[in-house]
Parts: sequence; C-alpha cells; structure tokens
Amino acid sequence: MKITVNGAPAEVAATTLAEILDELGYGGAKVATAVNESFVPASARAGLALSPGDRLEIVAPRQGG
Amino acid sequence: MPRFYGTEIASALMLGTAQYPSPAVLAEAFRRSGAGVATVSVRREAGGERAGADFWALIRQLGVRVLPNTAGCHSVREAVTTAQMARELFDTDWIKLEVIGHSDTLQPDPFGLVEAARILTGEGFRVFPYTTEDVVLAERLLEAGCEVLMPWGAPIGTGLGLTNVYGLRTLRAQFPDVPMVVDAGLGLPSQAAQAMEMGFDAVLLNTAVAKAGDPAAMAEGFARAVEAGRLAREADPMEPRDMAAPSTPVVGKAFLE
Repeated sequence: MKITVNGAPAEVAATTLAEILDELGYGGAKVATAVNESFVPASARAGLALSPGDRLEIVAPRQGG
Repeated sequence: MPRFYGTEIASALMLGTAQYPSPAVLAEAFRRSGAGVATVSVRREAGGERAGADFWALIRQLGVRVLPNTAGCHSVREAVTTAQMARELFDTDWIKLEVIGHSDTLQPDPFGLVEAARILTGEGFRVFPYTTEDVVLAERLLEAGCEVLMPWGAPIGTGLGLTNVYGLRTLRAQFPDVPMVVDAGLGLPSQAAQAMEMGFDAVLLNTAVAKAGDPAAMAEGFARAVEAGRLAREADPMEPRDMAAPSTPVVGKAFLE
C-alpha cells in the first residue's frame, strides 16, 4: 500500500506499524513514531495496522537548543 | 543551585547541543561549562540511518540531565505530539515547551503555549515553557501547572542579551518563589551574569557558545559569569546612588595646600 513516510511517498508490503518499521530498515533503531499526527507508543506498534494514505512520522534524538 | 520539579541541578548553566562544529567540540564545551542540563530535540530519521543512536550515545557520555524541546512547533497539536515522542525517546517527563507564534522573531504563541502546557501537565509532563517576560502569561502558565518559567532574554539566536530588563525584573519580583531560567538571546557571559544578578535561577543558551570561535573557551566564560552572578546575588549588592560618596576616609587626610 502507499503511505507517506516522513513527508515522502512510500510503498510498503507490511500492514502493522512494527512490521513496516522493520521493512523500512528501522529494526532496533532508537525512534519514536506518530501516525496521522498522533503519537503511537512503541508498545502499540505491533497492534496498529496502517491504512493506505496514512502519514507516518519517524523521529530520533537530535541536537537541540 | 537551581531546583526544578524537585530535582537539584549542579550548575545554573544549561546548554544546548546544536550547531557545534563537531561532536568532539560539543563534548569539550560541555566539560568546560560544567552544565548540568543539556537541551536536545527530535527530528526525522531515515531508515538505516542510526544518527539518533550515535547522538544519544554522545549525550549519555556527558553525564548531564536532558531537557528535550519542541523547537519549531507552531501548533498545539504538533507540540504535544512532539513532546510525547520526546518522552519516549529520552525517557524523561521534562519538556522544554516551545509553541512558536511568529517566524521572524520566534516569539512564543502565548495562547497555544498555555493550551499545550495544560494538556502536557495533565499527561504528567514536567513543563518548562519558553515564554516572554509577560506577567499575565506567566500567571496563566502557572495556573496550567507549570512549576518553572523560562522567559526569553531576546529572540532566539540573536545574542542581544536582556532586551527588556524592566520586564524581566518585574516578572522576577512578581513570582519570587518560582524557579526561572532566562532562555534564549544571550550572546555574552556578562549578560548571563546580569540575569543571575537579577535573581534568575539559571540561564539556558546555545548559539553563544556553539557559534563562538572557540566554543569550549566561551563555555567556560559563561560558567564563570553565571557563578559570579549567582554569588553576587547571594551577597546582597549595595544600593546604587546618584551622588558620589568617597570610599577612602576623609578624616585624617594630610593638609598640603
């Protein structure tokens, strides 16, 4: 299905957020996620199925002021 | 030393982690600053990138407490979601709440700031709101559950120092028991000393150190200034006066005319 990942279009085969993260190369990475502008805790990723057109944000620790 | 939400911090200097020429310079600047708190952010990461893990490893080596921010957020929704992601990533309920209302001045949106603060304190966050020197806004933030205030000295990244000394002094006087951090706009150690002399509990800065020619030396300069200002405040400064008053005794001066 087609979804948006960090603002860019992406085609994914998996359906749950946990599987999609693995498919996109985030397995084991220190990241946090939001789907359609709502936070999804790590504990909820395996149980959340995404739908076509969903907007996924994946963020990690960065420098800040 | 400052106490935020029941946690005492070893230094009144809080330092940002952005814009350093290299990770090594960042680490050296922190070492010489003695800073007890480092601000950090969350940003998009590409699959397989792992930059977040590398940065996190560097920060953990500094031995400081982290204060994640919601920098760049212009809406309540965005700030709240960013705070939630930061809490999970950094394993802390501390959040430097920024809700920006104006892109040229990066001035906080006071209405969005209060709304976001209320939501986040309700979710158990310990909110450090990036605010202005406005006393009415400060009152609303305290009512929303904030127990720390972070008024700006000047707009972020300007290095202009304390542009509204009267406003900051009034804010400090209105809420004498609320821990306050002057956050943003400082460019020189003397400005940090001034904030501490005025009774602020800490200062938070980033660009002034990171963009100095020698960030580590500037970090130490700020550390000394903050300590000087803190000592001066505790020492109960003299009252200024308009007319001169000789410091050397007048009595006993030799008559030589």
